[in-house]
Amino acid sequence: MANPLYSIVATFKSPDAIVEAAKKVSAAGYTKFDVHTPYPVHGMDKAMRLPETKLGFVTLAAGILGSIGMISFASWVAAVDYPQVIGGKPYWSWPAFVPVTYEIGVLLAVLLTVSAMIVFFFKFPNISHPLHDTPYMKKVSSDTFGISVQAEDPNFDEQKVRELLQSAGGSVDAVYYSDEFINFKPKLFDPKFIALLVGVALVASAGGYITWNKILYLPPYDWMMEQFKVKPQSESDFYSDKFGMRMPVEGTVARGFIPYPYKGKPEEAAKYLVNPLLPTKEVLALGKKKFLTFCSPCHGNFAEGNSRLRGQFPNPPSLHSDKVRNWPDGSIFHVITEGQNVMPSYQYQISREERWAIVHYIRTLQRALNAKESDVQ
Amino acid sequence: MSDHHENVIVPKKNLPAGLVNLGWALTVIGGVLVALSYVLDFQRALHNNLIGFALLIGLSVGAVFYIALEYITGAVWSTPFRRVTEFLGALLPVGILFSIPLFLNMHDIFLWTHHDVVSADKVLQNKTPYLNVQFFSIRFAVMAVVWLFFFVVFRKHSFAQDLNKDQKHTRINIKFAAAFIPVVAISVSIFGIDWLMSLEPHWFSTIFAIYFFIGTIVCTLAVITYLVVSLGEKGFFFTGIVEDHYYSFGALLFGFLAFWAYIAFSQFMLIWYANLPEENFWFIARWKNGWEYVSMALALFHFWLPYFLLLSRPSKMNKGNLKRTSLILIFAHVLDLYWIVMPTYYPSPVFSFYEIAFPLLVFGLVIVVFASQSKKYNMVPVGDPKLQRGLDFQL
Repeated sequence: MANPLYSIVATFKSPDAIVEAAKKVSAAGYTKFDVHTPYPVHGMDKAMRLPETKLGFVTLAAGILGSIGMISFASWVAAVDYPQVIGGKPYWSWPAFVPVTYEIGVLLAVLLTVSAMIVFFFKFPNISHPLHDTPYMKKVSSDTFGISVQAEDPNFDEQKVRELLQSAGGSVDAVYYSDEFINFKPKLFDPKFIALLVGVALVASAGGYITWNKILYLPPYDWMMEQFKVKPQSESDFYSDKFGMRMPVEGTVARGFIPYPYKGKPEEAAKYLVNPLLPTKEVLALGKKKFLTFCSPCHGNFAEGNSRLRGQFPNPPSLHSDKVRNWPDGSIFHVITEGQNVMPSYQYQISREERWAIVHYIRTLQRALNAKESDVQ
Repeated sequence: MSDHHENVIVPKKNLPAGLVNLGWALTVIGGVLVALSYVLDFQRALHNNLIGFALLIGLSVGAVFYIALEYITGAVWSTPFRRVTEFLGALLPVGILFSIPLFLNMHDIFLWTHHDVVSADKVLQNKTPYLNVQFFSIRFAVMAVVWLFFFVVFRKHSFAQDLNKDQKHTRINIKFAAAFIPVVAISVSIFGIDWLMSLEPHWFSTIFAIYFFIGTIVCTLAVITYLVVSLGEKGFFFTGIVEDHYYSFGALLFGFLAFWAYIAFSQFMLIWYANLPEENFWFIARWKNGWEYVSMALALFHFWLPYFLLLSRPSKMNKGNLKRTSLILIFAHVLDLYWIVMPTYYPSPVFSFYEIAFPLLVFGLVIVVFASQSKKYNMVPVGDPKLQRGLDFQL
């Protein structure tokens, strides 16, 4: 045999014998040896004098990392990035985060444990082993129990190992490195391998595309799209008037919103409504913007009734008349809210606050045309 | 492996004098304190009697459960220690005696026995078919008889096997164990609902029965572990006891205490999430006026501390660590019962000798009964066919 010796192997007939053999080999001071059995044999770790595995620390670290990572992420999402009140609970409701924290902790612990086991402990890219495809491996993976003492052990002496294993009652053999193992070179950039990868990628993408973009839109897989429900702006056979969209029940009030109390009561609006805003620079700027947007097309840029309508619509009277100047703020507010004569209601286009800002702006325009002596000083 | 075949040493019979004396001392001191507390504050003594009663019934029925568990699973590692559970089961009659003061004074314990309250309360009226004194008493009597029956059967066959070494006893016990597992699951659930959950008759929780069940299972296993480790160190049972046996106790404790935490948190989280008034008041009462510290201590001593004490593999084999953790878990279970029972009657936590008296008496009785049993019977089931495999057990 030209190839170097890999190990001296011995096979035994019973689990008790293999445990005794492992005890003898480890007692003789060998460390580079391994035991192969068809099923786990109790007490083997101790017989082989194996040190405590370090894998547990990987699991612990990964579990802690996953738990801390997940509870931080959940806290950030729920309390910082996108705070929402759910079930009247505080934003940071830690009991709700516990299940997912636990699960991610377990998940990461499992994934990293298996990965660490494969990469660090099994030396992953190394996919071949000298014992593969040997008669010894065939035997110990079915009905016998084997031990293999490697030649790289510092105390290794072929004759002594053979005698030791024979004295333990095993049938002894030797395993040499095969030509195949010595000459084996992983060919990462082999054209066939690359073609395989590309082929798999193509099939997977095409399959994914057809499944998710085509098949799922065909019956009967389109049940998510074609649901038995009324869609906005569509007809419904359920209601006798065929309207899919329904009016809210009478008396419905939006959350945080009091309905306009002086509907159809201009006198009361004039009497009770008071402008809640102060005519500050910001309020006047807001009023100007909204006035120019919504009011000026008919009333004109300076509320003089000189509109840009060119006769397509009857021009409104000037807002500088004595009548309007003597109106209380509430009346102007009421007219914007409810409309008057041909003027429609603007309550849906202009918010309450903006309406009051417009009232201030109109007052400013009126004052500009009817300034008093005192205003100049 | 063959070096300790055929050399089962005839086990010792007399427990160490120190332990027996401790048992008697605890029993006497506890008994005196119990008598004193009944004289000084009858109500409070009753409430603590309920805690002691639930503790003792949980321990003894839990011990019978572990006998059945060993038979039904065919476990061999625990066979050398099965006598511990068989001795602890002898506490069952004592535990049933503890119910006498409670039955005599049900009006002071259970709100649903108050006719004036029930007649004015629709919810309690609807629960009356289940929560009435007659049906309640019948339920408990039936359960006590069933528990005693299975306990006597298991022991009879196990002890008979010591003399005649006949395997048929094991086979019979396996059949009874199969029958007992569903029985114990249902009966302990009913016990928890009847005696602990019904203290707040308005409360709804679908998970309370399993919460109480797993709490007693953890406590029983902690007592068994403590006794096995401390007696095993002194050479009781046999000489071949190894770390692998201890590891099995540690792993089982670890699993059960994690399951307790799972159930306890599930009960809390579901009620917290739904926030329904008929459920949440139970937890609100335990999160104000100082009870929140008891709740936090419960989470600490029943889960966080023992969890990390038992997390690593070597710590599950370490004798000192196992004993410490067992004691923590036993304390935690007493605290758990205190936390279940007491907020019903006291708006803020109370602690005095009343609260110590019953646990002292209970654990004194545990030691005394255990010592007298071990004097009478073998400490190891010497006739069990699984014994040798149990002795040779390796991970």
